[in-house]
This record gives sequence, structure tokens and C-alpha cells, in this order.
Amino acid sequence: MCGNEALAEAAIIAGCDAYFGYPITPQNEVPAYMARRMPQEGRVFVQSESELAAISMVFGASATGKRAMTSSSSPGISLMQEGISYLAGAELPAVVVNVMRGGPGLGNIAPSQADYFQATRGGGHGDYRTIVFGPSSVQELVDCMILAFDLADQYLMPVMVLADGILGQMMEPVVLEKKTSRELPAKDWALTGAKDRDQNIVRSLWLKEGALEAHNNKLQARYEQIQRDEVLCEQYEVDDAEIVVVAYGIAARIVRGAVTRARAEGIKVGWIRPITLWPFPTEEINKAADEFRIFLNVEMSSGQMVEDVKLAVAGKTPVAFHGRPGGGVPTVDEILDKIRQLTLRAKIPV
Amino acid sequence: MKTVFKRTPTLKDCVTHYCPGCGHGIAHRLVAEVIDELGIHDRTIGIAPVGCAVLAYDYLDVDMVEVAHGRPPAVATGMKRTNPDKIIFSYQGDGDLASIGAAEILHAGHRGEQITVIFINNAVYGMTGGQMAPTTMIDQVTATTPRGRVGAEQGYPLQVSELLATLPGTIYIERCSVHDPAHIRKSKKALRHAFELQVDGAQGMSLVEMLSPCPVYWRMPPAKAMEWIENEMTKVFPLGRLKG
Repeated sequence: MCGNEALAEAAIIAGCDAYFGYPITPQNEVPAYMARRMPQEGRVFVQSESELAAISMVFGASATGKRAMTSSSSPGISLMQEGISYLAGAELPAVVVNVMRGGPGLGNIAPSQADYFQATRGGGHGDYRTIVFGPSSVQELVDCMILAFDLADQYLMPVMVLADGILGQMMEPVVLEKKTSRELPAKDWALTGAKDRDQNIVRSLWLKEGALEAHNNKLQARYEQIQRDEVLCEQYEVDDAEIVVVAYGIAARIVRGAVTRARAEGIKVGWIRPITLWPFPTEEINKAADEFRIFLNVEMSSGQMVEDVKLAVAGKTPVAFHGRPGGGVPTVDEILDKIRQLTLRAKIPV
Repeated sequence: MKTVFKRTPTLKDCVTHYCPGCGHGIAHRLVAEVIDELGIHDRTIGIAPVGCAVLAYDYLDVDMVEVAHGRPPAVATGMKRTNPDKIIFSYQGDGDLASIGAAEILHAGHRGEQITVIFINNAVYGMTGGQMAPTTMIDQVTATTPRGRVGAEQGYPLQVSELLATLPGTIYIERCSVHDPAHIRKSKKALRHAFELQVDGAQGMSLVEMLSPCPVYWRMPPAKAMEWIENEMTKVFPLGRLKG
């Protein structure tokens, strides 16, 4: 299946009750698939008039306790930031997929990773975070989608899945199944009509002095728990490595090819691949930086995740960067050249 | 002694934050009365807007949500589509519905969402300090039209209900007013009909617009504000059933 269709089917497996979306390339296979499949399952599909409306529809369905999602691509996700901030403030679960394209502005429709800052820093107004996945295969995209719905319900917050134009379009074999289920809290806050109970209110407005500060502190405590418990990352041949390449998503797939070839040349190189971009695998990277190694961060952007890598490395060892912005995709040869250059540097500790 | 008038259960027993002479209190009460009369209290979900009525959930004792400015019809869409058995209403002011949320109300009506919209038109932004609304009258002085609204510069009062009445997806639209007891009773009748349509599963959106006084930002005493609705506002916003 292509990534876009696979993520849509994964949402259905995860029990998504409603999909709301607005057309934008390169994710149009998602709404097209949902328009066909959701009614077959007796569930809801609505094509909205805008991304503002799509995320607000998600907000409405979620406020009643239903599982809801939307998908879009970079310019559309910018419009959705209003609703994502409101979801975070109102403590409502939701799954938002961003099949990233080149920017800024209308940019282009080529694959990109330029929305990393927007996704991992909250994106909208206010002090909040979203859990962000950066899968690197269609199978992982499916697995992240299924987990995303559980995490959203568990932590009562929007969860983003960051894919890109390549991952959305490429075809790979996938196993579509829900492997694990978490024990999730009852949605006793949901708006279902005040039958035999007091009124429920879903809100993000806290006017009384100190109330919003307390609300923010509650959210921050939750974010700290997520940083403790939910980090996902993959490491490969880091133990003896002199160079560690850090990359996520489709860039990590290209890095894998470069690392395999570099190893064949006898270069001691490994990789660390964050699967959750927030929470970021800060500890794992920091630990790997205990020994002198040069870190190389590869991204399809002008350098966004590299800031998190530098924070994680905390000045212990050098961090180099190779990136291609504006829809550029780094090649295996490019990355291999960069690795070769760094081996010269690796022999002379700073 | 016989009780002839009392608080209806869905209206909470509390003091509101509304200014003296504001129409929201009357509109809230009518909505609460209709919900209680129809016996739908335990399956109704209300949507509060951004604006003066943002705290409506503090006064109306039903499940409620407060949402982003202008988005109530989209939120209502998400709710109703996933909960067709629930009664969903949005309560919106003129800034929320006719300005920032113009796309959302138009398309909710266009899709024929089975929701009930309560549209409070007081021709001004109250919450933010009396700025011009799309429904502000020509020559009306506001914080952002200090010399009065000039049509050629700031546009003319927007007749949203007339606009919405042209859509096949809307089934009932009526403009009412709360400026005197007779019109308040008419408003209630309209609200009741709008809710009944949804209860009966009628296919489409129902909307009741209520002309409502804002004495503070109209810069006039409450009694004068009621007269201004009768004598001025109804000329631009004629009362009556526009559809259904």
C-alpha cells in the first residue's frame, strides 16, 4: 500500500470514529481513501471548507469522546495551529497527520522535513506540546498511527504524525493489525448530555487569577511524564562508532544506505534514529556523546532537529549538519561523502 | 399563593457578568426554557462562542464547550455527525458568526448540518470594547468608527440571515428581537420551532437571529436601546420568517 492509504486504514483499525479534512497535495490519497472506507464502517467522513474548519470538526467530535483525526500538508497544518492549540488547552485527544512538503509559503509539493520546529514546539500559541512521531517506513507509519490514538486518549492531547511526500506516496508491504492496546482512562469528561450527572464543560479559558498558571503546570507535569515514558528511538552500531548519524523519517532511510556503504569501507559509523521527535531521545543521544564521537545530523531542511541534537549532546562532542531545504532530498553519495570527510576530523579529537 | 413565574431548571441560579440592559440574559433564559419544555436537557450539547457569551456554560446547565472564535458551526458539525441522537446548538454573536466565522456558518448551512444556531445580533463587538461589527448600522459610532459607519468605507450592515436563507441546506431561518415582551414571546416561539426541527430529525440547519440591545456600546440608556431596535435596527434587519 502507499503510505497515505496505509495510514488511513491504520486509523480505521485504531477505532477512529471520524475523519475531517481539506484537500492538499501530497496527502490527497488520505481523504479519498477515508471517503470510501469510513461510510463502509458506519463511521464519519466530512470534507471541510478549510483546514480551520477541519480541525474544529475534530475538536467537536473529540469533545464528545469520539476518536477523531485529520490530515493535511504543511500550509494546511499552519492553518490548523489554531485548533491544535485549543485542543491542547482543552485537554482533548486528536490525531493530526502532516505529510510535509517544501515551504515556506506555498512552497512546492516535494517531500520535506521543514515543519519539525512547528510540530515539536507546539506550533500554535501558548505553552504546550504535542507528541510527534517521525516514522521512516510505511509499516512504522501504520504502527505509529495506531499508537497515536492510544497516546492521545491516555494523555488527553493532540498527537502529530509527521510524514513527508515520499513516505505518503511510496508503496511498501504492510501488516495491518493492532498489536497492543493500552489501558485507557474513562472519558468521563466527554460531552454526552448531562444525563444522571452534573454538567460537563470543555474549555480552554481560565480567567481567575492563577487558574491558567495552575492549568499550565498541570499540562507541564503531564509533558514531563511523557518525556520519561514515551521516547522511542532506534540505534544501530553506535557502540564502536566514531561517527554517529542522527536522522528521522525518510532521511533516516537514506542515511541507512550511506552508513552500510561506509561500514563496507571500514568506517566506524552508526546511527541514532528518533521515532518520537517529541519527546526527543535526549538521554540516548547524550549517553552516546559520553565518548568522543562526531555527530552528523541529516535532515531535509536547513537544520531544525540539529538544535535538539546539540542540546542533547550538550557540548560534549562536535555536531555536524547536512541538510537539503525546499524539497531537496539528500542522496546516499552526498551523505557518504560527508561521512568520509568527518572521518578525517574524527582522528583529531578537538 | 400560586407561582406563576419561576426560574427554569436549565438556567442556573446565579448572577451573570452581563452589563445592565444587555439582551443575552433574556436570550439565555429563552434557550433554557425551550430546552426544559422539550425535555431535551439530558441530550443537549451547547457551544459557547468567543465574545460576550463565552461564559454561557456558567449560566446554562447543559453539557457545553467553548471554542475558537467563529468556529462553532464547524465544532457543531463534528459533534452532530458523530452523535446524531444528540441535540446540538451553537450560540453566537455577530462578530463570531458574521465576521470571523462567516465561512463556517455558510458551509455548515450549505452542507445542511442538522444543528440549531442562535445568532445574537447587537450590531457591535461587546467583549472587546465596542468595535464595529459586520452588522453595525450606517452612522453608528463605535470604537473603530468614531465618525460613524460609512458604507463606502466600511461596508454596509451584513444581512447574514437573508444570505443563509438562499442555501438549500437551511430549513428554517427567522429574525426576531428581544426589545419588548411581545417580541420576546415571538423569539421563544421561533427558538422552540428551531429546536423542534432538530428533535424531529428534519434535514438541515435552523437558525434564529435575535436583535439584542447593547446599551453600553450603543452609548444610550437601556430603555432607549430597546426603542432603537424598534425604530432603527428593524429597518435594516426586518423581523420575520425568512425561510421555512
